[in-house]
This record gives sequence, structure tokens and C-alpha cells, in this order.
Amino acid sequence: MLQRDYTTSQLDVLEAEAVHIMREVAAEFERPCLLFSGGKDSIVMLRVAEKAFWPAPIPFPLMHVDTGHNFPEVIEFRDRRAAELGARLIVASVQDSIDAGRVVEETGRRASRNRLQTTTLLDAIEDHGFDAVFGGARRDEEKARAKERVFSFRDEFGQWDPKNQRPELWNLYNSRIRRGEHIRVFPLSNWTELDVWDYIRREGIEIPSIYFAHKRKVFERDGMLLPDCDVVPRGEDEPLFEAVVRYRTVGDMTCTGAVYSTAATVEEIIEEIAATRITERGATRADDRSSEAAMEDRKREGYF
Amino acid sequence: MDILRFATAGSVDDGKSTLIGRLLFDSKAIFEDQLEAVERTSRDRGTEYTDLSLLTDGLRAEREQGITIDVAYRYFATPRRKFIIADTPGHIQYTRNMVTGASTADLAIILIDARKGVLEQSRRHAFLTSLLRVPHLVLAVNKMDLVDYSEERFEEIREEFTSFASKLNVTDLTFIPISALHGDNVVSRSENMPWYQGSSLLHHLENVHIASDRNLVDVRFPVQYVIRPQRATDPALHDYRGYAGQVAGGILKPGDEVLHLPSGLTTRIAAIDTYDGPIEEAFPPMSVTLRLEDDIDISRGDMICRPHNQPHVAQELEAMVCWMTDAVRLAPRSKLVIKHTTRTARALVRDLHYRLDVNTLHRDESATSLGLNEIGRISLRVTQPLFVDEYARNRLTGGFILIDEATNGTVGAGMVVEARA
Repeated sequence: MLQRDYTTSQLDVLEAEAVHIMREVAAEFERPCLLFSGGKDSIVMLRVAEKAFWPAPIPFPLMHVDTGHNFPEVIEFRDRRAAELGARLIVASVQDSIDAGRVVEETGRRASRNRLQTTTLLDAIEDHGFDAVFGGARRDEEKARAKERVFSFRDEFGQWDPKNQRPELWNLYNSRIRRGEHIRVFPLSNWTELDVWDYIRREGIEIPSIYFAHKRKVFERDGMLLPDCDVVPRGEDEPLFEAVVRYRTVGDMTCTGAVYSTAATVEEIIEEIAATRITERGATRADDRSSEAAMEDRKREGYF
Repeated sequence: MDILRFATAGSVDDGKSTLIGRLLFDSKAIFEDQLEAVERTSRDRGTEYTDLSLLTDGLRAEREQGITIDVAYRYFATPRRKFIIADTPGHIQYTRNMVTGASTADLAIILIDARKGVLEQSRRHAFLTSLLRVPHLVLAVNKMDLVDYSEERFEEIREEFTSFASKLNVTDLTFIPISALHGDNVVSRSENMPWYQGSSLLHHLENVHIASDRNLVDVRFPVQYVIRPQRATDPALHDYRGYAGQVAGGILKPGDEVLHLPSGLTTRIAAIDTYDGPIEEAFPPMSVTLRLEDDIDISRGDMICRPHNQPHVAQELEAMVCWMTDAVRLAPRSKLVIKHTTRTARALVRDLHYRLDVNTLHRDESATSLGLNEIGRISLRVTQPLFVDEYARNRLTGGFILIDEATNGTVGAGMVVEARA
């Protein structure tokens, strides 16, 4: 008889799965990289990577696709965290893609560089010859993501074909690709938003300040609170006001909305999320609102 | 709080989406914006009720055709457990998707329409569940409201299914009469069926004991990655050599005598390392790093086990296989890549013994090949030894995938029945 019940907590199961996935990639691919934006999911992914290879350093570089429209607090955090780890950080710049004529800047009040990132990302993957790219996306975020594999195959154009995905059984992942193709790898596939926050609390992981409640000048558009800054053109009919807000997701300033919140600690954030009735993307992301299949369409093109 | 992974099989007609929708809704895992989006789409399409299948059918093609094509993963939690649902399509043409969803499931729910009783598709789902060795099976007899909550009808179905299931490897079978639409016996016990003494579906999901489903007896540690820091700045790590992997069976402790395959050499576990410090025992599904007392040449794809409890060192495999592509057929002389635990090799199909009719369980020994979604028993010859157990004994060391060398696609899933050198 077993002397104890070998039950494993949900965070331990999720962490063990993510560690297994990362080691599998490190063992089977030649040039992996980890997408690190300074957002909470990629911060958690980075911690899992530290754990997977400890006491050795993380055996792949970090990469950030910088739209040039990111929150300064997050960029500062990104650079500091990479330096602490002694990791190599590659910054692929959307501005460079615009300057090189690879993409054309959108114009008008709703202009965003969100969609332009895809080109920058794919160019960077090609330039650096990456064959596996870790992303922090989770299946609970969005319904197209709910169908995505842990090892998600991309063809030589970086495209995702949702109807022709490789079956994924047990803990066996198919890493075979031809030159020029790559695999997007999502170690946090089975985590929920609440799991991510529970993990941040358990591990005592530092996160950028904008996740916590703070005073900020904002204006309202389509029910979202957008920040007062140079890169978000604001109409005269969109008055500024000061509010106590926090960010539930961290993306580009042009399409990431803040939420009213007084949550000043990780514990308070967890309480808030446990009680909320709106999904994180629904509350904060303009990029998902354009149509029912907005995410699927962007993902097909090679988006994160 | 632990995790229960369960698979659901069935079609919209069985009320599967309604059931999942209710579990998600009652556990507050559906959010207002998701519900609004579903209501809006339902209205646009002229559907009179809120079609909860739209929550899980995430791809454009699925919504357009009104069918589930692929496995969708959904998440919810109660104070007792976190749940991962692998929502799989029920139709025979998506057998491979159900096999995929069942491969990691602790439990499967098969839905039966109380009016229609046990159908061909229910038998198929039960068979696939047993083939993939899902440890717990729940037969949810749905739409009890449409048979006047009749105990007699429920008992008829129970008897018929029990007699069928006796032919399968089903270790734990539970019958629950429910009405997903009205919520009877889904979250709480129904007042409409006082004759039913068992628990509600959610109560069962929260309490079914799964910790002992893992194999905690046979020590199996497939070496996944060798950690050698060699950081010039830290001389203490110069000689560090750790074998990283996820425990696939048994309980490992520092000091334990272990055997390395393929060398056959024995040594002891010096320490079990993690980022959070050394630990005193490791068991499935933990990902850890082992340090050993002796220097043995160990690399990815090797296996660490116990001297008196070893897996088969095998190049000849007898296996049940589910074929997953329509691009090529599986036939004798097919050459494929096999991935088993952390080892990848090439495999030759020596023989196809029979094709199994997944509806009738009839074995067609005249079959000469397997097509998409077909299941059969094959013999494989592998180019290098694999360290395998029978799938019935350990799903992680008994399962493998087959990859087509031409397309790199995953084309088959196999379960070891017998293994020989």
C-alpha cells in the first residue's frame, strides 16, 4: 500500500507539463527562441524556462517584437529582466519594417501596428533562422486558440492551417520540419488566466507596474479605456479624464484598454479575476473585436 | 486542488454541447462577453435557442458547417478541482480526433439519448475509450425528461450497455441519468428522479479518485535532456551532469539503486534536483533532474528504471494502431518514423493482422491496409531498441506516434500489446 496519496496540485501539473515541453524543444530543435514581451504570460513562460534548464542558463535567446508603441514601464521591465538572467534579447522592430518598406503604417484615428507585427515577426524568424518559437498564448484566451496544438506547425510562409493540424497524443510532440518551416510552441496551452496569476503569486514573480491599480489619464472609445499618449490619436469628442485603472493584458498602447480597478496587489488581482464576468481579451483588446474570426484570420497569417 | 482531464464524445443531437455549456455556465467559466457573442451569432443565424456549441466550435469552418471538426479544449474549475475538457467530435469520420482527446483523459463521458438507447456510435465511443485505456467511464443517459424520468428506461439502457462493456477493458463504469437541458443530476441531485441514489455528474467529476490511476509501481524515467552547465563563472558546476525528464512511472528516491538502459549498468540516485531545491521523491507527472552516483554514458532516449523491474528492450512490437491520414494508407512494408517516449527511430510495418470494425468489433483478417480513422493490429520492426511496456500497464511507455517521412505529418497512434527483442 502507498503510504500517501500522490496527488499533484494543478500548478505543479501545469508546470511539469510546460517544463517537459521546453526540454523537448531544446533537445529536438537547432535554433529555438522565446518570445518575451514583458507581459505576464511571457514572464511566467520565462520562469518555467529557468526551471527547465537549471542550473544551466536558458539555452536559447529571447525575442521581442517591438511595435514602438509599447508601454515604457513594460519595455524597462523587459530589458531589466533579460539583463538579470544574462539572456540574449533580440528586439525586432516594427519601425524598421516600416522604414524598410516591408509594411505600410495604418492611418487615421484607429491606426494600430498590431497587424504589422506579423511581418516583423516572420522576417525576424527567417533572418535568425529560428526553427522553434515559444509563445505564451493560452487556449482559454480565445476560441481559435482553443484549437491550437502545443507544437503548432507553420509552413515556409509562416502560415497556420487550422484544418490541417498534426494530431497530438499523450506527451509526444512531432518536431519534424523542413528547412524554412518552423514550429510555434505554446508551453502554457493548458493554463488559464487564473492559473497564471496563482503561479505569479506562488512563485513571487515580479511583474510590470501597469498590472496594478494606478492613476492614469485615459479616454473612452468603444467601451474601452485607452491611454493618453502620443501614439493614440484622440478625437475632440473623446475627452480625457483621470481614473484609477490597471491593465489586465499588456499589448500595444493603441489597442490595449485599461480596466477600472483598485487591485494593488497580486492577491487583490486574483480576487478580482475570480469574480469577473468578462474575459481578458473581451475587456481589453480592440484587435479581437473586428470580427468573430479576427484571431483565426490573424493567426493564419502567422500572428503570435 | 488537482486536475481532472476528461473527454466528451457525442454529437449536438445527444445534448453534448448543452451539457458542456451547463457545466461551464454553472461553474461560472462562461463569461458575459462570450455569451453575448454566442447569442448574437445564434440570432444572426436564425437559431431560436442560444447555441452553446458556438462556444467550443472555434474555427470558421466549424461555425459555417455547424459541426465540430477538431478537438477543442475548455477549462473550468470548482473549489475542489480544475477541469480540462477535451471536447471531441462524435462522428465516425473524426475517430482520430476522439483518439487524440482520449489519449490524455482520466475520464470519458459518453452521452446517450434516453429515447434512442445504446446506438452504434455509443458502442464505438466506449470501445475507443477502452482502447485508449481511459481509466474512468461515465455513461450519461441524457434527455431523461423526455422519457418521463423513467427508472425502467434507465435500467434497460444500463443493462444493455453493461453487457456490451463486459467485452471491453472498462475498469470503472458509472451510469448517471441526467437532463442537460433542465440540469437534472448535472450539478445537483435531481428531485425528478428520487429513485436514483448516486451522485450528480459534477459531484462525480469532483470526487472520482485518479491519483492511483498513474503507474506508481514500475520506475520509468525516459531521459529527455542532459543538463551540463559548464559555466566558467561557477566552478562548482563544472562537473555537474543532470539527467532531465518527466517521470513516466514509479517513485524515485535519492539512494535508490537504478539501472540504465541500454547499457544495463547499475548505479544509485545521488540527488533529485529541481530549481526549487533537491527533493526527496519524484513520481508522475513530475519533471525533475536526476544526478547519479557513477559516471555512465547517458543520453536522450535512454531509460532509467530499477534492476528488478525493467521495461522490454524491444525491436519487434505488436500494437493496435489508429491511422490518422487520408494521404497514404498503412500497409505491410510501410516505412515510418516512430516516436516513443524520448526516443525516435525508424519502423517497418511487417504485418497487418486485422482491421477492426469500430462499430461491431468484428476483426477483418482479409484487410490489406488501413485508411484514415481505421484501427487495426500490426507488427512493427524498429531500427533500434525501444524501452517499452504494454500500453495496458503504462500509457506513457506503451504509447507511440508514427510520422510519415515524406510529409512529416503525424499519421498514426499506436498502443503496444506485446514487445519482443
